[in-house]
Parts: sequence; C-alpha cells; structure tokens
Amino acid sequence: MNTVENFEIFAPRLIDKRELFCPGHRACQGCGEVLALRLIMKALGEDTVVSNATGCMEIVSTAYPHTAWEVPYIHVAFENAAAVGSGVEAGLKALRRKGKIADRYVKSVAIAGDGGTVDIGLQALSGAMERGHDLAFFCLDNEAYMNTGIQRSSATPFMAATTTSPAGKAIKGQRTGKKNLPEIMVAHNIPYVATACPSYPIDLMNKVEKARNIKGPAYVHVFSVCPTGWRGASNETIKLGRMAVETGFFPLYEVENGKYRLTMEYTEKRRPMEDYLKLQGRFRHLDPADIAKVQALVDKEFRKLMHKVETSVPWS
Amino acid sequence: MGKRIGMEVGIAAAEAVGLCNIDVAAVYPITPQSHIAEHLSDIVHDGRIDAEFITVESEHSSISACVGASATGARVYTATSSQGLMYMHEVLPIVAAMRLPVVMGNANRAIAGPLNIWNDHSDIMNQRDCGWIVMHAENGQEVIDMTIQSFKIAEHPDVMLPTVLNMDGFQLTHMIEPLEFPTQEEVNKFLPDRVPFATLHPDKPVSMGCFNMPEIFTETMKVKDTALINSKKTIIKIWNEWGKQFGRYYKPVETYKSKGAETLILTVGSMGETASVAVDEMKKAGKSVGLVKLRLWRPFPLEELRAAIKGCKTLVVMDRSVTFGGIGGPVATEIKSLIFHDKDRPRIINYLMGLGGRDVTVEDFISMVERAAKKKDETYEFYGVRE
Ligand SMILES: Cc1ncc(C[n+]2csc(CCOP(=O)(O)OP(=O)(O)O)c2C)c(N)n1
Ligand code: SF4
Ligand SMILES: [Mg+2]
Repeated sequence: MNTVENFEIFAPRLIDKRELFCPGHRACQGCGEVLALRLIMKALGEDTVVSNATGCMEIVSTAYPHTAWEVPYIHVAFENAAAVGSGVEAGLKALRRKGKIADRYVKSVAIAGDGGTVDIGLQALSGAMERGHDLAFFCLDNEAYMNTGIQRSSATPFMAATTTSPAGKAIKGQRTGKKNLPEIMVAHNIPYVATACPSYPIDLMNKVEKARNIKGPAYVHVFSVCPTGWRGASNETIKLGRMAVETGFFPLYEVENGKYRLTMEYTEKRRPMEDYLKLQGRFRHLDPADIAKVQALVDKEFRKLMHKVETSVPWS
Repeated sequence: MGKRIGMEVGIAAAEAVGLCNIDVAAVYPITPQSHIAEHLSDIVHDGRIDAEFITVESEHSSISACVGASATGARVYTATSSQGLMYMHEVLPIVAAMRLPVVMGNANRAIAGPLNIWNDHSDIMNQRDCGWIVMHAENGQEVIDMTIQSFKIAEHPDVMLPTVLNMDGFQLTHMIEPLEFPTQEEVNKFLPDRVPFATLHPDKPVSMGCFNMPEIFTETMKVKDTALINSKKTIIKIWNEWGKQFGRYYKPVETYKSKGAETLILTVGSMGETASVAVDEMKKAGKSVGLVKLRLWRPFPLEELRAAIKGCKTLVVMDRSVTFGGIGGPVATEIKSLIFHDKDRPRIINYLMGLGGRDVTVEDFISMVERAAKKKDETYEFYGVRE
C-alpha cells in the first residue's frame, strides 16, 4: 500500500489544484462521500456534465441560490440519475453531430448514493448501461439512506444497525449481506467496472480517469465512509476506508472487458473484521458469535472474488 | 402544402415529429401510443432524420432522459399513454419547474384499475397540477398541426414550458383519415431552431434543479403559475401565425353553432366531432343547442370560455374521467368554480361518460341534452351506467 504513502510526495505535482466541487458545501465533518466527490471531479476535469440523484451529496451542495459545482450540473429526482445522464449524453451527441454546439468532447456522468444506485435507481442504471450510452456512473456507497436519516438499503452490510434495521432484541440489525452491484454491472457486459475508496486517492482517481476515457458505459462503486450514519469518529474516515479494504470486506479491483484484477494486492494476511467493526457504533451490538458470522460472510465473498480474479479472461 | 393522403393518425403524429428537426426522442411503448413509437423509430432508423432515439427501459426514464437532453439545449420529443403517463408523474412537475421545453404526445387511455386499454381522459386529468401546457386535438389534421405548433410553443423564450398534446386513444390514434402534411420547407419557415436560455455545457457551467428552502419555495411556485398563465398569449400568437401560413386557425375554445343557443354542450377532444353531428340534428328538430370545445386545458382559457358561453342557460359538460368522492368530473368542477361568481351564469349539468372506451353516439348526446333540460339540480350523472 505504498501508493498512499508516496501520495504525499507526488500529489502536489500530479493532481489538479482546481476544485470543481468547491468548499462551502454543507456535508458533515469527515464525510467520505464528499471527499470521494472532490477527488472524482478532479479526475474528471471540467469537460464534464454531472447528473446527480437526490441524496446527501445533492442536498449538501445545491441549496438554492448556492451551488458547490463548478461544472454543469443537473439534479432531477432520486431514481433517475442514469436516465437523465443518458439524455444529457444523447443531447450533447446529437447537437455536436448536427453542428449546433462546438465540436468538443464533453463527458456525461451520473452520480448517486447507494440507495439511488442499488435500490430505487437500479432500473434506470441497468437500462442506461444496457443501451451502451457513453456514460460513467459513480455510486457513492455509504451503506444506507443517509440523507433521510440512516435507513437501511440493500447495500447495508450484514448485521449493521440502521434506523429501519435496528439492533432489536429479536432481530439484530440488517438481516442480509450487501448486494453485489459491481457484479451486476459486469453482467451487463460493459467494458469497465471498478471498486474504489477515497482512502486510496490515487487508485480512485486512476479508475475515474479510466471510466472517463472509455467511450461507452462504465461503472465505479466508491466505498464512502459516513461517520454520522455509522456512528464513527469523524477523524477516522480514512482509517475506516483502509480497514474495509485491508479486511477484504471491500476489496479494490477493476474489471476490464470481463477480466478481474485486484488493484490492491493482499500480500499479508487479511486484517480481521473485528478491528473494523469495533470502531463503529452501528456494529456495537455484535457479540463474538455475531462477529464470527460476519467474518465468515466476508471470507466467502472474498473467496468468490479471488476465484474470478484467478480464472477470468478478457472477452477480447 | 402537400396533397391529401389517407393515413393512420398515430403514424401521422410520428410523421409530424419527423418534420420538426428533433435532436432526441425517448419513447417507451404502450397501447395505444405504440404506433407513434414504432413509426418514429422507423423514421430515425431509415435515416430520414438525424436524431438520437433512446429506447428507454421505462416511461420514468423516457421523461427523465428528455429532461437531460432538453437541458443540453436539444429539441426533444416523447409520447406515452395511461399507465406510462402515470409512471412519469413524479417527474412531470419537475420538468415544468425547470422551465425545460419537452414536447409530448399522449394517446389518451383509461388508467387502471381495473386495467383497461381504451379511451378516456383519466390519464391526463391526473396530471393537471403539474404545470404543463395541456392541449387536446379533435381530429388527425389537428394532431399534425398541433404537434408541429407544440415545439414552437414549448421552446418560445416567453414560454419555456413542457407541452402535452392529447389525442384520444384508438378513437383518434387508430383512425385512418384524409390528412395534409406541410412540406419540410414550410415547417422550417414556421419553426425556427431552438434558442435555449441556459444549457448544460462547460463553456458556461450552470447548476439546474437546486432544491428550495421554505424561504423561496412559495416564490418559485408563483413563478411557475405565472409562467403558465402568461404562456396563453404566446400560444394564441403562434396559433395565429399558423393560421396565416396554413389557413387553419386554432383557438383556445372552439365553438360550433353556439351563438344564441340556450343549451351548450361542452366537449374535450375527439368527441367534439360526434357532438357537432348531434347539434346539427337537434337544430334541425328546432332545438336551441350549440357546441363549445375546449382545446386548451392548461393554461385555462377562462376569458375565452366566458365569451363562448355568454347568454346560454344550460351548459352540459361532458367529462371523460371521474374525480372520485362526490365531486363529479374535473372539467365541470373547474368550470363551476371558475364562473361561480359570474352574474347569470348557466346551470351546469355534468355527465361522466365515454369511460374506458364506452362508445358515445350521436343519439347519446341528444339524449343527454334532453335529460339535462329536465334536471332540477346541478349534480353529476354516470351516463348510460347499468345499475
Ligand atoms: C421517489 C423517492 N422516494 C424517496 C425519496 C426520499 N429520499 C431522498 S434521498 C433518500 C436516500 C438517499 O440515499 P442514498 O442514495 O444512499 O444517498 P445518501 O443520502 O446516503 O448519500 C431517500 C430515501 C425521494 N426523494 N424520492
Ligand atoms: S450523513 Fe454521512 S454521507 Fe451524508 S453528509 Fe453526513 S457524513 Fe456525508
Ligand atoms: Mg447512501
């Protein structure tokens, strides 16, 4: 994981100093989504149009008459960021082809939270990816509906307490494991799918750049720590992101034309899940047996991924 | 103007769109709109026009894609019906609030439940508070003309609002009618390129769709209301331009033999043609009956309606949808409340009829007028219902 250490030396030279997502937004202290967004925008550059779903990032950035966006931005509703982004792409393409706007490439991207992606936004996302639009979709996954008050989504991890999957006496939090959306995106036969986390900024930005440069559909699933919703400390966002990767709970990989590749290798033994869980209030109710169940699920998912990493071959 | 040809009205709607130099269409099929969707895809796939045709996975996405495309400055079209329009509902008020021109064709069909694919107006009436310009065509020629007019209205700098053109499902969309198409040159002369107010482009970045705090939301709502009210002036202006160029004149409220008539029938959409035959027959029989037809539903043409019904004693309002719970039909309800304070206002008799494809004949109109004369109060009636 040297990249992150070297980051401090190289970052000033490598990374655009301009902020396309600006200070002055209203996100909580230590918000992982907003950090991800800032880095994503740096990697995308100014020739970008953003279609954003309703959710924390929309709410913290666009209280009329203020905006934190330096690039063209549109928000319409919760479930339709991918559909709006499809329309933006089609509009720009037609206008450019017909000579009605300057002949210059502008990327259409859609950005949504996990709710706006894996749940209510899934249909629009699936449609946009299947139709092959030149559209990069970024899911900012903070593992619940945070904007509306920490309700569970299908990206909420097993046993996590949320306001609709509380740690009750009979049922201890979320009953199911995380829906594997990157896998569903791979099944759409799109050229580029990746997972990323702002705790690994260079890796994240590299992936965003790849997604931008694919002239077709691309999907990046960004693990975004939410101290408010996870009942964690706001100064531990980066650490929690790293731990999620180091435990193998959220491995960083990319899938280019069907070929899986880890972008953060596991040279040592994976860190135990307990280290990660105990830093978050949403897992406070877990006893050792529960932790073992969580660990077993993470191990199983990790094995499944490793099998794909070892056996998958590129389509072409 | 080209020569008259026989063509199905749904196909003609797509042909009319094909004359308008659209940039993007996003359409999801539903009966009875499907021939519009299919024929428009033919036009694009045969290379007759240069446009992106997005085969969306749902109507929620068709209207959403239209919003995205319109926000880039593109000229956009979509068409739907019934359940499709209901599925779009969430996005419709947003399009109007964002002042983005989108032109929609709606093949009117009953909304479920129970499921019914035939004609009535419950689909569009359920969208009436969305802030769109809502118009109704009565025949195939009007579908062609009003489709072309819609783009000019929606995109006009004094309007910048989405429009929906209603055409009765099957009873209009599936009829083969003798139709006249303007030539491409004539349409080009009538319909200039869109000049958008603001677009999604990095040359001049803007944020669209920012949320409103309570301090500003009321003002936004007033602006939305005012924009729709003000659009009437431009709509009428554009209809007059059309009349001058093509010789067919359009008005917010059309009348037929209404002058001096004691009883007026009020219709919306294609049933106006049947009603006009009924008026002729009743006139022949010496009755004082005329016809008023609402072409424009939003913005509501109140002055024009007042002028059209002035002096009549009984207004028989035909509603093709129901406002459930003891209220009656939306058209009658609105007219009642709008003219409530008018001196010498007519008695309003309201029929809920032609629901879910129930045929309404000339004889039915005559019978409704006859029964209206005998009615003591102003309550509504489900016409022809079998108890
Ligand atoms: C159709 C619809 N249903 C529900 C909502 C309420 N709502 C707004 S944002 C949101 C949750 C957003 O969650 P997510 O997409 O994960 O984004 P986050 O706020 O966590 O970043 C919900 C439920 C809505 N705006 N629209
Ligand atoms: S609730 Fe979470 S995701 Fe939302 S702004 Fe706060 S920290 Fe960020
Ligand atoms: Mg979320």
